[in-house]
Amino acid sequence: MELTKLTALELGGAIKKGQVSVKEAAQAALDQIAAQNGALNAFITVTGEQALDRAEQLQDGLKDAQSPLYGVPMALKDNICTRGVKTSCASKILGDFAPPYDAAVVDRLTAAGGLSLGKLNMDEFAMGSTSETSFYGPVRNPWDRSRVPGGSSGGAAAAVAAGLGWYAIGSDTGGSIRQPASYCGVTGMKPTYGTVSRYGLIAYASSLDQIGPLCRDAADCAAVLDALQGRDPRDGTSLDGQYGHLLEELTGDIRGMKVGLPVDCCGDGLDGQVRDAVLKVSDVLKGRGAEVIELSFPVMEYVVPAYYIIAAAEASSNLSRFDGVKYGWRAEQYDGLADLYRKTRTQGFGAEVKRRILLGTFVLSSGYYDAYYKKALQVKAVIKDAFDRAFERCDLLLTPVAPATAPKLGESLSDPLQMYLSDVYTVSVNLAGLPGLSMPCGFDSGGLPIGAQLIGPHFGEGKLLNAAHAFQLDTDFHKRMPKGGERA
Amino acid sequence: MIVNTEMVDYISELSRMELRAGEKQAMTAQLEQIIAYMNVLNQLDTQGIEPMSHVFPVKNVLREDEPAPSQDRAQLLAGSPSGGKEAFLVPKAVE
Repeated sequence: MELTKLTALELGGAIKKGQVSVKEAAQAALDQIAAQNGALNAFITVTGEQALDRAEQLQDGLKDAQSPLYGVPMALKDNICTRGVKTSCASKILGDFAPPYDAAVVDRLTAAGGLSLGKLNMDEFAMGSTSETSFYGPVRNPWDRSRVPGGSSGGAAAAVAAGLGWYAIGSDTGGSIRQPASYCGVTGMKPTYGTVSRYGLIAYASSLDQIGPLCRDAADCAAVLDALQGRDPRDGTSLDGQYGHLLEELTGDIRGMKVGLPVDCCGDGLDGQVRDAVLKVSDVLKGRGAEVIELSFPVMEYVVPAYYIIAAAEASSNLSRFDGVKYGWRAEQYDGLADLYRKTRTQGFGAEVKRRILLGTFVLSSGYYDAYYKKALQVKAVIKDAFDRAFERCDLLLTPVAPATAPKLGESLSDPLQMYLSDVYTVSVNLAGLPGLSMPCGFDSGGLPIGAQLIGPHFGEGKLLNAAHAFQLDTDFHKRMPKGGERA
Repeated sequence: MIVNTEMVDYISELSRMELRAGEKQAMTAQLEQIIAYMNVLNQLDTQGIEPMSHVFPVKNVLREDEPAPSQDRAQLLAGSPSGGKEAFLVPKAVE
């Protein structure tokens, strides 16, 4: 059995049956990390010894295992707090910060028999679309190492694609799970805002941030979300809901499901190969009994500016806590308190983080607040309304994830506005708090993965996962692995 | 033009950051370009539309006020770069 080619649920099943020990699984992943991480730079911190200790402990408790993911090794994006384990947000300013507590999702995964292999590289403070803004160096795409894996959860997507663990936990503020999942050929999901606790997620833009899984397929995403979702009194935006049934409700039966295809998402600026691959998804869904309807979504040109105003505004406020006093790194030379703040922040933040803090400070500053920040909040209401209208006519929406496949390293950083514009298909989902899923739907002529996005109404996770599962029953894009060829 | 070097100096000061001379020029040009692009929002008539902070109308989230242990002080201080054992240490702030 080639362990790293299994899905998380397949591995969980093999562990449960005693065909594989938890330690064998952990060791197989650690071997892959040792072999590939030097080239990919997907991990910032590998906690190998802790993983093997945890594997033994889990093996001892196997007979009481409840979760289908019990004992399955995974990894966490480095903006998710882990007690005693360095959590850097890929920034110099956090230094070797080791949080004194675990994030809520870590508690939940631990309770489900999760086993962490370490912490994954990302764009600094999750700000970026390429995973190149990390203080720890860029992540590389396992399908073509001269290309980016997407961002900001680029380490998570690269790790899952390359077999360095069976699933990963990322965060998505404007597409940071879905877009790297698309570039790396894995399935990723940003759940409905408020359904996964943000307690212990280092905040970028609190009204948009949401934690979610990156996996080999939709079934694995359902299982991981079942473990992650739930009300948490420690997160004031956490919502009550009917959680924990996504996997058992995954039938692949989508007869009668209405899939909306927004014509505004398939126009100018979209690569022809991406368009063709996404349109073929609608054919596959039709083949399984879904009805596809074209509709208009007339707010596309406003989503990127509204998103970047709101995200930058919240970031400028959230990141004011990094001042060299309470945690992380402090500048070595300074003259007085104000200079300590200034020197620490100047030397501790990278260029993209500074750009967004300045942009956010500007849109919140006296004289510009109404024209930019308040305006963006009004546009957000218009965008939410556009989604509400769309969901009166259909069950879910099908769109591209990104306008093109993964760009070359270094191509995006020189022109930040161009990089922001590439988020056009994903950011509206965060503004409206909706669930969004990215799944592999083809490859371009250069062999790079293409992703399709499914967007649902609030609490529509089950519908999205069912549609993705139906698609994956009839296709094998999700089974392909870089260099290793077909999965068994 | 809204964003010039004076504006960048002002928002840098508010943000407690400094930009080097070369850095400032590039940042000014980038911010100007980004903000000019954001003006596309003005094409959308939003008169009478209530600004939306949160998509879910969740307000006044309350809980029972139950005493619970707080984080261990030594553990919290261990993460501070100041090395203080009793408190977070900073340079003298009040003369």
